[in-house]
Amino acid sequence: MFEALTAGLFNGLIYAAVAVGLALIWGITDVINFAHGEFLMLAMYAAYWLFTLGHIDPTMSAPLVAILLAFVGFLTYALIIKRLQKGPPMAVILATFGLGIVLRQVAFIAFTPDYRSLPDTMVSGSVSLLGISIGRPQVVTGLVALVIVVALFWLVYRTRWGHALQAVAEDRDVAALVGIAPDRVNAQVWMLGSAAVGLAGALLTTFFYVFPSVGLVFGLLAFVAVCMGGFGSLPGAFIAGILIGVIEAMTGYFVAPALKTVSIFILFILVLWYRPRGLFGRW
Amino acid sequence: MTIENKLDPVAVSPAKASHSRAPIAIAVVLAVLFALAPLVIKDQFTIQVLLQIVLFGALGAAWNLVGGFLGRVSFGHGVFVGVGAYTTILLLQHLKLTPLLGIPAGALISALLAYIVGGPTLRLSGHYFAMATIALLQIGLLLMINWDWAGGAVGLESPIGDAPWMLQFRSKVPYYWIAVGMGLVTFLVTYFLVHSRIGFYWRAINGDEAAARSLGVPAERYKMLAFVLSAALTGAWGGFFAMYIGFIDPDSMFSLTMSVQMVLVAILGGVGSLIGPWIGAALLLPLSEGTRVMWGSSGLGLDLLVFGLAILLVTMFLPGGLVTLRGRRGSA
Repeated sequence: MFEALTAGLFNGLIYAAVAVGLALIWGITDVINFAHGEFLMLAMYAAYWLFTLGHIDPTMSAPLVAILLAFVGFLTYALIIKRLQKGPPMAVILATFGLGIVLRQVAFIAFTPDYRSLPDTMVSGSVSLLGISIGRPQVVTGLVALVIVVALFWLVYRTRWGHALQAVAEDRDVAALVGIAPDRVNAQVWMLGSAAVGLAGALLTTFFYVFPSVGLVFGLLAFVAVCMGGFGSLPGAFIAGILIGVIEAMTGYFVAPALKTVSIFILFILVLWYRPRGLFGRW
Repeated sequence: MTIENKLDPVAVSPAKASHSRAPIAIAVVLAVLFALAPLVIKDQFTIQVLLQIVLFGALGAAWNLVGGFLGRVSFGHGVFVGVGAYTTILLLQHLKLTPLLGIPAGALISALLAYIVGGPTLRLSGHYFAMATIALLQIGLLLMINWDWAGGAVGLESPIGDAPWMLQFRSKVPYYWIAVGMGLVTFLVTYFLVHSRIGFYWRAINGDEAAARSLGVPAERYKMLAFVLSAALTGAWGGFFAMYIGFIDPDSMFSLTMSVQMVLVAILGGVGSLIGPWIGAALLLPLSEGTRVMWGSSGLGLDLLVFGLAILLVTMFLPGGLVTLRGRRGSA
């Protein structure tokens, strides 16, 4: 049981890392990026090809992948989101959803539907923690996820730039009045959030298969984490991410592996029932 | 009147339009023309596309009650398609009950489900409601996959035969006629709902829920009514859809893509417009069916790619929908 719990905890850290990028974008630009899972997929393929063709280990290529994804995030914002922000909120959701489908199908055509995995990476093997054996890639990814989350917290809550972000989230027009350029801040948020998912995705390849619809697996859970944590709340997304990992593992252990995702969605609806704005409300 | 001014111009139909019965006459004439089509068109594929237009137009119209007029965007309406489809087929398989009763039963169970889940979800606003409906859809999908009695992941087939009272036909044409009839009914139901006091309450809640409440609109009850009615219509179409394609499985019935397609036809045509979803379906379905036929068999998923691109382009360049093309007066 402790084995399942620990595994759930580390999985939760990974969900959290995928989710915080989404939470950041959602919280500040008020856009749900339904292509977030597909961004993760792109990051995983980038890391995969860098390893296969360039022999760069995912642990090393992660920053590179992050930069690449930041660029993807920038393009998405500049080409699609920016022009839709004044329209009906639904339009933005649908547009990112459409983008997700396009990215997924392009990956399907470009990379075939095959499941791919990386052979020995630098972090393969397993470690034992207090007598519990756990895959080393999971541990490394979990710890890096923790670092990503802490770094984002620090950026958003402790730096001048972070205060500007929060100001834009609070009131775009007033922020513009005090000399913050909302469009620029939004673009930066999209880059940062996408870079975070880039890091997470690169590391994920050390122990998870890469395939065109891998984004669906993690994307939906990331949405649930962000929603459950509370509108754009970074701590909320982090804690909800971990919670999801643990609940999933516990349901798999005590009830049935096939039902572990169901329990998360049910929990999600229950949370929203009692706290319609998520566990941690709004900043 | 003060509320009305706050409403989105697209979502408001001018009060005077509610007295006009012209849209009904037009709908009846169109339905008759559609019904006569098989006498002229012998091509199976064209009939199939026409049927799909009616099907998705109706699904979009049902979705529109909640998504357009009430302004609560549901991405999980596929769950009601699935419930309607499974109810109909399961009753047929296990009790030999005719779909003539199974389809209404599916509508009823969908409505019941909407009533149960409406409590916790309808209080949610904006993105939260959208996410909660996706969660519902996923719960439905995962439960059906793991429910062996209902066919599990493999799915169920409806028996093949030639039994009109069982809604089993070898030709597509009878299904098409049923669809046209159901489509007309769906339009009339939405028309009368939207032009009744109920519809005005919906739009008032959509415009400003707090203001509507303060003027004495029982918002909870009317939101629930929209959700339940929308679910019932969707469930009935789910039952019909199951009989029409003759095979159901969780992935295709509780499908996120189908849920989004309902939203898309409504958005493409015009959210909060009575004719919008039908126009949207008339444009989108030939496109997606056409690409499926042209490229679907290549195994590359090009049809889905076209679908994704269509969503992206429509929302980017026509966020208000096609009905906005003819000025700001959006409603039928």
